[in-house]
Amino acid sequence: MPIKSYIAHPTEGRRNELIMKLKEFSSCNITPATNQEIVIVVTDTFSNEEDLALHEKLINLPELKHLTLVSGFSDEEIIN
Amino acid sequence: MQQVDRRVFVKKMAISAAVLAAVSMFPGIIFAEEQEQNIPKGDLEWKKAPCRFCGVGCGLLIGISKNKAVAVKGDPKSEVNKGLCCVKGYHSVMALYGKDRLTKPLVKKNGIYVETSMKEALDLVASKMKGTIKSHGKDSVAIYGSGQWSIADGYIASKLFKGCIGTNNIEANARLCMASAVTGFMTSFGADEPMGCYEDIDHANAYILWGNNMAEMHPVLFSRMLDQRLKRNAKIVDFATRTTRTSMAADKSILFKPQTDLAVANAICYEIIKNGWMNKNFVAKHCKFNAGKTNIGYGLTDDFKFKDEPKQIDFASYKKFLEDYTPEKVEKYSGVSARDIKYMASIYGDPNKKVVSFWCMGPNQHTRGTWMNNLIYNIHLLTGKISSPGNSPFSLTGQPSACGTAREVGTFTHKLPKGLVTNEKDRAFAAKIWGVPVENIPDKPTHHTVSMFRALDRGEIKFMWIQVTNPMVTMPNLKRYRNGAEKEGRFIVVSDVYPTPTTDVADVILPSAMWIEKTGLFGNSERRTQFWEQMVTPPGEAMDDGMQLLEVAKRLGYGKYFPYSKDKFVEEVYTEYTKHHAGKKHEMAPLEVLKKESGMIWPFVEGKPTKWRFNSKYDPACETEGFHFYGNEDGRATIWQRPYEPAAESPDDEYPFWLNTGRVVEHWHSGSMTRRISVLHKAMPNSYVELNPEEAKKMGIKNKDKVKLTTRRGSIVMLASVNERGIPPKGQVFVPFFDEHFLINEITLDSYCPISNEPDYKKCAVKVEKV
Ligand code: SF4
Repeated sequence: MPIKSYIAHPTEGRRNELIMKLKEFSSCNITPATNQEIVIVVTDTFSNEEDLALHEKLINLPELKHLTLVSGFSDEEIIN
Repeated sequence: MQQVDRRVFVKKMAISAAVLAAVSMFPGIIFAEEQEQNIPKGDLEWKKAPCRFCGVGCGLLIGISKNKAVAVKGDPKSEVNKGLCCVKGYHSVMALYGKDRLTKPLVKKNGIYVETSMKEALDLVASKMKGTIKSHGKDSVAIYGSGQWSIADGYIASKLFKGCIGTNNIEANARLCMASAVTGFMTSFGADEPMGCYEDIDHANAYILWGNNMAEMHPVLFSRMLDQRLKRNAKIVDFATRTTRTSMAADKSILFKPQTDLAVANAICYEIIKNGWMNKNFVAKHCKFNAGKTNIGYGLTDDFKFKDEPKQIDFASYKKFLEDYTPEKVEKYSGVSARDIKYMASIYGDPNKKVVSFWCMGPNQHTRGTWMNNLIYNIHLLTGKISSPGNSPFSLTGQPSACGTAREVGTFTHKLPKGLVTNEKDRAFAAKIWGVPVENIPDKPTHHTVSMFRALDRGEIKFMWIQVTNPMVTMPNLKRYRNGAEKEGRFIVVSDVYPTPTTDVADVILPSAMWIEKTGLFGNSERRTQFWEQMVTPPGEAMDDGMQLLEVAKRLGYGKYFPYSKDKFVEEVYTEYTKHHAGKKHEMAPLEVLKKESGMIWPFVEGKPTKWRFNSKYDPACETEGFHFYGNEDGRATIWQRPYEPAAESPDDEYPFWLNTGRVVEHWHSGSMTRRISVLHKAMPNSYVELNPEEAKKMGIKNKDKVKLTTRRGSIVMLASVNERGIPPKGQVFVPFFDEHFLINEITLDSYCPISNEPDYKKCAVKVEKV
């Protein structure tokens, strides 16, 4: 059940579309910056497989130029 | 913790980590939505306070629940930050709740700190002061305060020491950051503090940043500039000695060699005159030209003394003087190409561009700090770009009340709330309001900060009370001053909220109430005074610094001069204090206004703030139409002839690098508070030495390798930072000073500007070796 946070850089001029798309993923929490184009994305999934699949979907979004992983918390860290 | 809670908690941590990572990648970035989302649910009472973590003075709303501060958001009503706040502001309330808060007074007995009651500790402080004065005279006791003192704290300290005890031994750490700004203002305009306000940002077409890493030090103002760039295509030029996040976000980054900003500023003036960009009418009507002494020294010895001797000169002599500063001549030693100098001059010179210059520690912590301030004013005066919306030479402050307390209350050896101790009329005026005999106030200043710590070392000062500051981290050439404080026969009292290297040298440690645990007032960089009321109870016996002083005043027999009530003393002190500044030139807003509003700019005349001083369109104190620089008797501002002179210590064969020190966005000054905020501490856990990547490679130094830095004062070993946050050019290294585990000031130099007496933390010579 990993939790991960990323900085998402939208494709130029597509910030709002990216936000809309990300909102469609139930396992994504998003926090757009107020005065920059970037968006913070926190993913909360049930398994490593689901996490991988979600990551795959995210990086294939045409509205997303680049996704930088910032932190990752494993099951163990969450339980302890 | 239940697993569900834990999940929520971990998610919050993940967001925080990403926010901090974004902050380190994108200068000036703000996450208003995240701040909103993180506000705990339930009944919170929201109260306003200025942020205490920098001189920008953002208005914050603090969420209080059950006598605890649990949330922060930017105050949308604040004209300073319009609802935004940076990472430090957002996490600020966590600084109240560090595990090792000082809650009980501690007295050193046989080398061990023993808990005692506040009453006993204050009795001891008073009796030690009395005894020291009796045996060694009034000038053997001293107080060293802060630009984080609230207005009431500083006022009580000044009245007690100058007006009651009768010594001018009062200084504040603002001497270390703002003194050159003050002497710059006083010598150019005869009146302290910026003429404009932050609204200048909304009108300017260009911002020139002089040695000022605003993305990290004034993040909210920087984000306001970025916003204007987006909306109006305003340009940012970063003129600095190293590449920082500010440089990376600027439209143009221009690097200069340390100390040569003096020459570049003169070269800009040369270009302005040469190209016919001078506003002749403005200069003829509103300016005069002065020259001062040259080869003025560096204050390196205890007996150093300096007094400038200004002489009026004519425009022709000034023009002739500038011939030594053609862009082509200056490029040879400044490292700035003639083209870039001309580019900067052309921005200032363009009659269709409004220009704001911002600066802070770069030009101030400079052995020619007063000169640097004068030179930036010269540029604005020659072009007439001053005192009108968007045209502003804007000296920023580092501390939340460097202006409001240190400068306006006058907590310096030579100052009174209004005027100088050397002026008979000013002494009489202060004594009348204080209700003390005028003879009490000595007519000579004693020690500026460096001199005060030297006097402590020599034993002339035997008792020192330190409040709201951490000099055992921040004094340059620190070892000498720490040894001095620890010598036999010295008695040191420290009022603080956490243990620090300064409390380590104390004989008595008094726990202080912090920020919103007390009622207070701060004054920010744009002359805005802000009031807040106590919101939560201080822990244990922690007590307001001002109240500690009042209690000691009573014990010293001066109670009658402080007839304030226990609960409302801050408000009563403020009302008394405003009498010193009555009149159109400095009228302060009354308390009723400050309680309602998110601060108010002075002069506050007939119910309105004066946003641009010295311009009759905005400033009712002007006695003539147009511009009137009424701080100077003749109503004219001074354009100063100030040459380039080298630094006190420059790199040589033995010590081949420049050592520059400064701050980082995550930490507040010496880190004593922000290092207790876990998310900030984790984001920036330790200090480091930034190296130029090419030079690091040549020396075989990689990121996180151990590096030994050696100056003529000693050595320090720390971790290397290569190609991370900032990038110094070849021949320079940079070290932040927030980390008490790496006391970089043990090896800095205590040279200072002979006019302002402010030390230069930006330049000394250092050797760099891989360990
Ligand atoms: S910019 Fe300064 S005053 Fe504003 S929130 Fe940040 S630290 Fe506080």
